[in-house]
Amino acid sequence: MSLDFTSSEMMSVTAARALTNGMTCFVGIGLPSEAANLARLTHAPDITLIYESGTLETKPDILPLSIGDGELCESALTTVSVPEMFRYWLQGGHISVGFLGTAQIDRYANLNTTLIGDYRAPKVRLPGGGGAPEIATNAKEVFITVRHSRRTFVKDVDFLTTVGFGRDGKARDNVPNIGRGPTIVITDLCILKPDPETKELVVHLLHPNVSREDVINATGWEVRFADTLETTPAPTTAELKVLRRLKARTTAHHASQH
Amino acid sequence: MAEFLSLREAVSKYINDGDTVAMEGFTHLIPFAAGHEVIRQKKRNLTLIRMTPDLVYDQMIGAGCAKKLMFSWGGNPGVGSLHRLRDALENGWPNSIEILEHSHAAMACAYDAGAAGLPLAVLRGYVGSDLPKVNDQIKFIECPFTGERLAAVRSVRPDVTVIHAQRADRKGNVLIEGIIGIQKEAVLAAKRSIVTVEEIVDDLNAGVNACVLPSWAITAVVEAPKGASPSYALGYYDRNNAFYKEWDSIARERDTFQAWLKKNVFEKGAA
Repeated sequence: MSLDFTSSEMMSVTAARALTNGMTCFVGIGLPSEAANLARLTHAPDITLIYESGTLETKPDILPLSIGDGELCESALTTVSVPEMFRYWLQGGHISVGFLGTAQIDRYANLNTTLIGDYRAPKVRLPGGGGAPEIATNAKEVFITVRHSRRTFVKDVDFLTTVGFGRDGKARDNVPNIGRGPTIVITDLCILKPDPETKELVVHLLHPNVSREDVINATGWEVRFADTLETTPAPTTAELKVLRRLKARTTAHHASQH
Repeated sequence: MAEFLSLREAVSKYINDGDTVAMEGFTHLIPFAAGHEVIRQKKRNLTLIRMTPDLVYDQMIGAGCAKKLMFSWGGNPGVGSLHRLRDALENGWPNSIEILEHSHAAMACAYDAGAAGLPLAVLRGYVGSDLPKVNDQIKFIECPFTGERLAAVRSVRPDVTVIHAQRADRKGNVLIEGIIGIQKEAVLAAKRSIVTVEEIVDDLNAGVNACVLPSWAITAVVEAPKGASPSYALGYYDRNNAFYKEWDSIARERDTFQAWLKKNVFEKGAA
């Protein structure tokens, strides 16, 4: 383990590796966008990236700050309207992976991006659902990437904005025309996957230099570990180089604007 | 045919206190100049509709223009919270506002249904979400053909829609290019519409399938160069991402926000 990398870089590289050539990925802003573009610039040059602003097959040279930066439109194959994006391309069944971030996630991979506290008297008001509620059900599967902490990983979300597997793990049972839901959750500590039966998130891989206790301490429920717990492969020199260049280009670009 | 008006005249004539107003532009072509004119004219009790409220609604809410907000994602993209929106929701400053909250898919469908003259939109949405519990404009219906349970949302029919576009010709036909978002649907769903444009030209030079709104489908056209800044207008200027980041500290406190508003909105006349 001679390579030097941060836990954030570990998370981005691991999330990027979950994406493969041939996927059509509906990309959320922030961590998912960073990981998706890293995948495109490394092992998955032919991945199709779609942002909810309507840009199909976009190939940005820098990471956009918003889902609608000009860079996304100018580097895209074509740009469609927002209703077309959600109705034809997402609901119509053309998206293989929805890639989402979140503010809160619970043991059944339900996401809360709406608020902390009571709906009519919020303690902290968050931005809201955006595209996520329908990305999570209309994409064939969902990848989630989020930093691991007790504030984020809660037993039950305060508000269920976007369904993982529901409050009881059964929300997708017998629902026609619905995707498989979250299949992987990538954090800065580990990789979790839903139990095939109960749908509760279970830790399958620990990142290098991360212990079970680290994950237990950062998780708000009694988190389970897979019987065979493996170690996530560390980032390669090449992956880190591409990621760092991408981030440096992005910082320089945003700083030079006005 | 659309009337050509100044920004001051258009806002004064077509936006009334208490109106339901949609100012659209999905992270592109956001009608900031028009929003600032609404603030200057001290319009009140507006029901504001916008998929992504963004800085322009943060400013209008902080300035006291809104009594209600319908939206699907209310943040500063890539930066964080809209602090003025949060202050209104969490502390009732400068006034408390009601919210009606959707997902993007539902709101896009609701505009689309409004443009199509329908009372509702149908989508495969909101499965397992708590949003239908807090928004009475979301219901579920059974498909009469397949029996599938689908979400139904009330269509959006604003009193007035305001958008910004690249160009109008001298008849008032408007060309929108790039990320066209929900602008066409928002204009066609509304009773009245104001379109601000970067410039008025002799010929739109529009491709045969371009997004063009005919003059006879628009109420008023206003020339407002840089009318979308700090958002952007593809082909004219870039998004001022540095300002979007700065806004976080400007809007965080009431004092700095009010000082900004005074200097940058009230003390500046309409273009």
